[in-house]
Amino acid sequence: MEKDKFDDLEVMDLPTDEESDPGFTEWRKDEKTLLNMGLPEEERDWFCDARPQVHKKSPKIIEDFLNWARAESLWILAFGTGCGAIELRPLLTARYDISRLGMAPRPTPRQANLFMIGGYVSIKTLKRIVRSYEQMQGPKFVVAVCSCAINGGMYWDSYNTVKRIDEYIPVDVYITGCMPRPEAVLAGFDRLKQLIRAGKAEGQNLYAQNFDYYKANQKRIIKDWNMPDYNW
Amino acid sequence: MQSLYPPVKNGKATYDLESQKYLKLWQGPQHPGVTGNMSLELDICGDQVINCNTHVGYLHRGFEKLMERRRYINSFPLVCRICVPEPDTNEYLFAAAMEELLGIDIPERAKWLRTLNLELSRLASYLMWMGGQAGAFGMGTIAQWCLAHRDFVLDLFEEWTGARIYHMYMIPGGVRGELPEGWTGRAEKVISAAEKLLGEIEQVFINNAIFKLRAQGLGIIEPEMIDPYAVVGPNARGSGIKRDLRKDTPYLIYDQLSFDIITENSKDAYGRFLVRWRETQQAIDLIRQIIKDMPTGGAFHLTLPNVLHLKVPKGQTYVKAESTRGEYGYFMVSDGSAFPRKVTVRGPSFSHAMALLEYLAVGVNIADVAGLMVSLHTYPPEIER
Amino acid sequence: MKQLYEMLCTQYHVYDFEQRQDRLAFVSIPSEQLVSLLTCLRDIYGFSHLALMTCVDWLEESRFQLTYILRNHDGHRELVIKSFIDREHAVADSIHHLWQHARVYQRELHEMFGLSFPGSPGMTEPMILEGWQGPPPMRRDFDTLRYCEDNYSNRDRTHSEPEAHMKATMYPED
Repeated sequence: MEKDKFDDLEVMDLPTDEESDPGFTEWRKDEKTLLNMGLPEEERDWFCDARPQVHKKSPKIIEDFLNWARAESLWILAFGTGCGAIELRPLLTARYDISRLGMAPRPTPRQANLFMIGGYVSIKTLKRIVRSYEQMQGPKFVVAVCSCAINGGMYWDSYNTVKRIDEYIPVDVYITGCMPRPEAVLAGFDRLKQLIRAGKAEGQNLYAQNFDYYKANQKRIIKDWNMPDYNW
Repeated sequence: MQSLYPPVKNGKATYDLESQKYLKLWQGPQHPGVTGNMSLELDICGDQVINCNTHVGYLHRGFEKLMERRRYINSFPLVCRICVPEPDTNEYLFAAAMEELLGIDIPERAKWLRTLNLELSRLASYLMWMGGQAGAFGMGTIAQWCLAHRDFVLDLFEEWTGARIYHMYMIPGGVRGELPEGWTGRAEKVISAAEKLLGEIEQVFINNAIFKLRAQGLGIIEPEMIDPYAVVGPNARGSGIKRDLRKDTPYLIYDQLSFDIITENSKDAYGRFLVRWRETQQAIDLIRQIIKDMPTGGAFHLTLPNVLHLKVPKGQTYVKAESTRGEYGYFMVSDGSAFPRKVTVRGPSFSHAMALLEYLAVGVNIADVAGLMVSLHTYPPEIER
Repeated sequence: MKQLYEMLCTQYHVYDFEQRQDRLAFVSIPSEQLVSLLTCLRDIYGFSHLALMTCVDWLEESRFQLTYILRNHDGHRELVIKSFIDREHAVADSIHHLWQHARVYQRELHEMFGLSFPGSPGMTEPMILEGWQGPPPMRRDFDTLRYCEDNYSNRDRTHSEPEAHMKATMYPED
């Protein structure tokens, strides 16, 4: 495993206060509890008000074994968010066959650990993506296909699509294309597996550590926030 | 059914959720049983749906606004992406609207190549639909067969146009390129295998007792509902209405091909499956006819002068084509400049998924809602563009 | 289609007839007579299929052009009816009682252009955009690029020469 290949992972510059990021709003009561202001008063107690935790690593041998297990059984959430979902279907057939890699499509986020964002994301879909992503159990990974997830693609001047998906949820691997061929998607999955086995697929921990940044971005864009602050 | 409905006060249905008689269920966007990114808000009593609201807008990219900002030739990559599983109808209609406003006529060979492209895309889309319909009723085998076979058709497309899904093949003035050497031989092999697959589907699915039980009587579209709800395409043909734009108002070279309009008289999901299954066979026959009758040689493209700064004369037009789902239309307005003034896309799923589905879903069991939605063949991207 | 136009001329104030193709014609009508013309076309002349209902924003003339595309299935003829309404006071008559899916079209136009169709059901809940607080987006004076720059941030491009960058990272020894 060439470990030095992963040292150039992009590190985000995260604003933490009102001056550098004007959309940042005070939405937590203290360091540990969330306010859940989007819900009506009587329902706030029913939903989670704890922040996401950073996943602690086990000793090296066990962590390597666990990483191997995670990499070899990625279960994809069946959510076709955009165009890219149509290139997920051929992967399930016998020609490209991702079930030999241990991957299977799951209907519910509670049973999935890989979220494939297929292409462009409109604001209405972003709310559901955030909701599904937060409901997934860790350790979880995100793969973004198509150029629309990278920089807006050909909808660069559209008023309803977001241009950088990783301001809202953390992305581990990008797969370029419009559409990428199934072989390209498989190559992207292979890169994700290498990242997981090297212990560098840190999307979930990035989300927990920089929860304020992500939440502020999400709340600035999703104007009618009628769900818990952390959909766990 | 009447006893299931909640009492109405001030024009709003009052659901007494404490009584646990009613349940609001979202068959939401994240669901393996929806045909795209669309959601249904169902009100359920027991196992029956008593009200259904369709929610769309998850795939809205503002195409019509974007097309106003781009020149005509710059819109061609955009236009394919309006309908994701069957993009060729969009390309053809945008090119046809432009050509009609410009007043030009494309060469003969270009027309034949365009028709071949449309029919092959129809085959791919029907294969995917059949897989989806079987999958919605729980039989995943057909989905595997059909999607795997669709992949071979996409390989043919890749060899011909360069891309698997978004071909961008039909440009104003004709088509972008010729058929490769030996393509017709390879195409014949693929479509013969598709024909054999259709026979297997008949054995395994159409004669399947469970499919018959579940699909017969599901989603009945009466002939009186066709015009008030604008039901087009195989949904209307499954109720006995003989309407097909390729025969009624022929475009391209459909008046030189021989085929019949396929109808069924049972107005339910089973009849619609039979109509589409036969139309897949019809598409295969048409492809064979086109390959046999196509004129050899000739220009495939009419060169337009200065296509980047093309100024289309002032005017308004409406062009339509028969896609797998029904009448697909483009209403284009131009004001004499290099940018289109307004382009409106009429997707057939607009009326099927919203008004018709909300009417048909009443009284259906929860498990059959997915099957009903797929039997209307709605693709959400063309609803909200 | 010219005979149809002449017959309609006797009853309504239709004007501006244009025959585009063999079976496609455009005709304009004042907005007051729109609903009765559509009812007459649907019931008497057999134009029973409403294919599309859309709107074009003529900003320079300060009016909206509502367009209704009707088809007669027996003769396979298509008639496009244009009706102009004022841009400042954008209210038009609803036709939801004539066709069931017209209310969906009207809901979309209400959201995208800000038109108002009094009496049409389901107008309060937004159909396509959720949590949208700006002006109606399909109007000509809504600048979508400026809206994007204000609300979404782009990825900054640190590598402006992709070929040189890829060469340096993938084949450094060359």
